[in-house]
Amino acid sequence: MSLAIIRPDGWDFPLLLHVAGTMVLVGSLAVVLTCLVLGRREGAVPLTRLGFRTLLFGALPAFVVMRAGAEWINSKEDIPDDPSWIGIGYSTSDGGLLLLIIATVLAGLAARRLRREGGRSPGVATAASLLIALSIAGYALAIWAMTTKPD
Amino acid sequence: MTLYDWLLFLHVLAAFAIVASVVAFTVLVVTPDAAALRLTPLARRLWDIGGGGTIFFGVWLALNRPEYGIFDGWVIAALLLWFISAGTGTRFGMAYESARQTGSPPERSLALYGVMTAAVALLLLDMIFKPWA
Repeated sequence: MSLAIIRPDGWDFPLLLHVAGTMVLVGSLAVVLTCLVLGRREGAVPLTRLGFRTLLFGALPAFVVMRAGAEWINSKEDIPDDPSWIGIGYSTSDGGLLLLIIATVLAGLAARRLRREGGRSPGVATAASLLIALSIAGYALAIWAMTTKPD
Repeated sequence: MTLYDWLLFLHVLAAFAIVASVVAFTVLVVTPDAAALRLTPLARRLWDIGGGGTIFFGVWLALNRPEYGIFDGWVIAALLLWFISAGTGTRFGMAYESARQTGSPPERSLALYGVMTAAVALLLLDMIFKPWA
């Protein structure tokens, strides 16, 4: 763990980008999940639209910042024989991007259907919320791996 | 996992909760309608959990590691910023809770939002760059 405590100054800014990007990404996903879940009960139209916009303008840009920061700090650290915590990070990031894109498309479809037809939250919104819940669980695992750094 | 690993993980997790709360409050600020106000309980709970968790596990970490001292410059700066963010964030959350009851967004809360967000951003910078360490 000495690596995390004693860190060259040149690693600080890439690490800041990586950590801040991940924090905003996870925060955005928590907001979207809440919007979609609350929208099932009442206010489906505005909350689903809000969830979709948060994915589009919050989660997706934050993902780009998180991943760019990750690549930057990884290139600076240049750790040989990629340990498992880096593997967990990349797996979560790659899988998370796929889930994020699918969830954004589904939330967009749900928002459009609700705007046209109104009524209750459609099944695609439920599917989007399940994918987002899965992403949040994956990022929680990645946070554990990044902080405890198992071999 | 060692005690240090657990403390660091829980401290970082609490920091994620604080930033998630700021994201939720930001959505509330930029979306001034009644539906968005339903996010207020999420933002407030995340703020409470994150605020309590960061200070509790953060102080424990500072006391646990010989590399860190509770009187290090960056730790004192973090404590100061934490008190500023806790005070403004709690008041901001209360303003939105009142707004949720009435159904209309609060007025004159942007200054609180600005100070809260700036304090959290500076806390993150302080944790990463550790000035005066």
